[in-house]
Amino acid sequence: MSYRPLFGMALWLGLALGLGAQEKPQVFTGAQIIPIAGEPIAHGVLIVQGGKILAVGEVGKVTLPAGAEIHDVTGKVLMPGLIDSHSHVGSGSGGDGSSPIQPDARVLDSLDVRDASIQKARAGGITSVNVMPGSGHLISGQTLYLKLRAARTIEDLLIKLPDGTNAGGLKMANGTNSIKTAPFPGTRAKSAALVREQYIKAQEYRDKIARAKGDPDKLPPRDLGLEELVEILDGKRIVQNHTHRHDDILTVLRLSKEFGFKVVLHHVSEGWKVADEIAAAHVPCSVIMVDSPGGKLETRDADWRTPAILEKAGVLVGFHTDDPICDSRRFLRSAGLAVRAGMTRKGALEGMTIANAKILGLDGRTGSLEAGKDADFILLSADPLSVYTHVEQTWVEGQKVFDLTNPQDHLYAVGGVGAGDSRRAQLCCFTSAWDLIMSANEGNQ
Amino acid sequence: MKTFLRSLLLLSLAAAPLALRAENLAITGDTIYTMSGTALRHGVVLVRDGKIEAIGAADTVKIPAGYRVLQAAVVTPGLIDAHATVGLSGLLNQPQDQDMWEKSAPVQPELRAIDAYNARDPLVAWVRSFGVTTVNTGHAPTALISGQTMIVKTLGRETDEDVVNPAAMTSVTLGANGLNAPDGSPGSASKSPGTRAKAVALLRAELIKAQEYAHRRDGKDEAKRPGRDLRLETMLRGLDGTQPFLVTVNRQQDIIAALRLAREFKLKLILDGCTDAPLVLNEIKASGFPVIVHPTMQRTYGDMENLSVETAGQLHAAGIPIALQSSYESYVPKTRVVLLEAAVAAANGLGFEPALASITLDAAKLLGIADRTGSLEKGKDADLALYDGDPFEYTSHCTGTIINGQVFADGPH
Repeated sequence: MSYRPLFGMALWLGLALGLGAQEKPQVFTGAQIIPIAGEPIAHGVLIVQGGKILAVGEVGKVTLPAGAEIHDVTGKVLMPGLIDSHSHVGSGSGGDGSSPIQPDARVLDSLDVRDASIQKARAGGITSVNVMPGSGHLISGQTLYLKLRAARTIEDLLIKLPDGTNAGGLKMANGTNSIKTAPFPGTRAKSAALVREQYIKAQEYRDKIARAKGDPDKLPPRDLGLEELVEILDGKRIVQNHTHRHDDILTVLRLSKEFGFKVVLHHVSEGWKVADEIAAAHVPCSVIMVDSPGGKLETRDADWRTPAILEKAGVLVGFHTDDPICDSRRFLRSAGLAVRAGMTRKGALEGMTIANAKILGLDGRTGSLEAGKDADFILLSADPLSVYTHVEQTWVEGQKVFDLTNPQDHLYAVGGVGAGDSRRAQLCCFTSAWDLIMSANEGNQ
Repeated sequence: MKTFLRSLLLLSLAAAPLALRAENLAITGDTIYTMSGTALRHGVVLVRDGKIEAIGAADTVKIPAGYRVLQAAVVTPGLIDAHATVGLSGLLNQPQDQDMWEKSAPVQPELRAIDAYNARDPLVAWVRSFGVTTVNTGHAPTALISGQTMIVKTLGRETDEDVVNPAAMTSVTLGANGLNAPDGSPGSASKSPGTRAKAVALLRAELIKAQEYAHRRDGKDEAKRPGRDLRLETMLRGLDGTQPFLVTVNRQQDIIAALRLAREFKLKLILDGCTDAPLVLNEIKASGFPVIVHPTMQRTYGDMENLSVETAGQLHAAGIPIALQSSYESYVPKTRVVLLEAAVAAANGLGFEPALASITLDAAKLLGIADRTGSLEKGKDADLALYDGDPFEYTSHCTGTIINGQVFADGPH
């Protein structure tokens, strides 16, 4: 185990010397590149610098910058980092049992960035993720869109929007998950009534603020939940809505129309029954691919053909793991199984990348390999839709965050003793002074 | 959209009368994995009266007139799921279709899967649509002794018609899943076993009780012989090996505890789950017991915290007989599919042919049904799975499942 102290020390020193600062351009050459934006390139070259993509093209047709570090990745497949539009990695939480409507609760205040699930997501090739609170509430709280950079704290993973706020959406749910004993609703009609009342309150709150014209005496008292809902009403944030049954899907569309909020439908087990209605509403879907139907009444009619049917109807389709429902390390299976059930290869690969970027409103910065976008990409041993393919490297904004040849990363990728533990010691960022001393001593022996 | 709905309707209507009777079939395959020898390129399997009549290269086997010809890129033996709960743990996950866990007591070996199995649960058809023709199914690994498994063909008719072995194994669970919470919840009438030590104590007591029962039952004085005891009769079949114990163990200390019990009572066990197997590989190997390895993609929590997708490959490399399984899921997916589990094992160290063997011939041997199924050989049951490519690839399809010569084409999987 002598690699550990050396590796740890090297990275630690690297960080101290400013590894994260502007570095020389990095060139990845020889791989088959699937840029998503445009046709696959048989022998491609990707150039990145400063966390951004400088160029993508065919070997020999792209000028290589002077002084670049060259990575020969001949024989590999290189594609954009995967985006998971619905996950629970990091063991976060949202609202509690006190009320069915808690838009004030933020997953931000609960996440453990050292949880093993986050490194397992990197091992699955996931570079961006929408981390959500659960589905046991009508409104369970504020979600976070994260970049899976190397991280010491949650702040290291945030995506900052131009207005300085953190990128994220609002988690809502309907159907049986949020139907419980009081104060939760007992029926579907009551569920919708409670949501409508809340959005009407938010409209009134917004009107009061507008009427006050900045006069502090006329402003209503601050209400954290209503503030969030006003952002939804104003279209600044997207509702990410858990929904399975076809009638529940239509209820979401009805409420979205009434209040004019932007929404993404999640799971959509019966989406295939109302594909035309979803398409007509121009609402995207984030689909989960589970190994069998059932497990709950609402997913009795879940069908692997859903992504294909939605695609054909013209709906924007992304995929999600709902980790731990599906394992982040097997996220690429979703695309494979969707193709098995009739989706186009192009649509399925977009569903892992650019479609999910659009679903999260992040398509300006990630989801495809294009000059100017973030350098979020993965290296695969072979075709992304094959079971025999392994994710070999995951890069976020030009930094490698997963490498299958690193024994610790390999452990997270395949499992085994210690794979459930939080990440520690081996990565620079998590190394305490004590760990460094201990591992240095170990290395001397 | 309308066309799709219509096709769904047609499929569901077609599903029922499909199970008619065995046809005479000629199945041609670009590649036929017989599992009893090297794979055949351009081969033919002839099926007559539900049995394999002949198998060989296409130029050596003449297809008789009147045989229905089916073509496939890849033909394998019908898949065998060595440990499942389908038919007991139903699709809807509602009280009326969940028969895999009797919570009234922790030790109930007298419970038989055959009295609970619902051959028409949609999940039976679901696994069949991937090529699964035989399952060893029963009560879930959720109680110390949860009941007796049965081996059944996935024909989806009536249980007694489909059954291969009505009482194959007795399910024992050691470790966290075999314990009750200290307050007796969830729903159990008993507070015991609340600890690992108590679980093994209860198990030992039950085995000793069975030995004493046998002694009194075989006594000379008829008047002193005990009345029949279904529970102890089952334990005795475990003791004499005619109906072995299937012991679900995941933590290494539980695996070792199972091996200790086996030595004390001279038991021949079938080990199940075995998440921590890589830590005690030598001990498992020395026991000579086969292992029905946990589903490759099972979730990594609790006793399965150390789960690795490479464990099946490691056990196989150590020369330990293995089979794969779908196991039990309490939520979603309500059942796993053993083909999909084997696929991930194949890609993570087990390799293609051993992975295929773990859900065909090796599983059949482990279940004691290799004389009937598990490989494509003359005289065996005509159980086959047809694929349009590598069966393990995500994008391949099972284009047909044949059981006892009956052809099923359940869906697009």
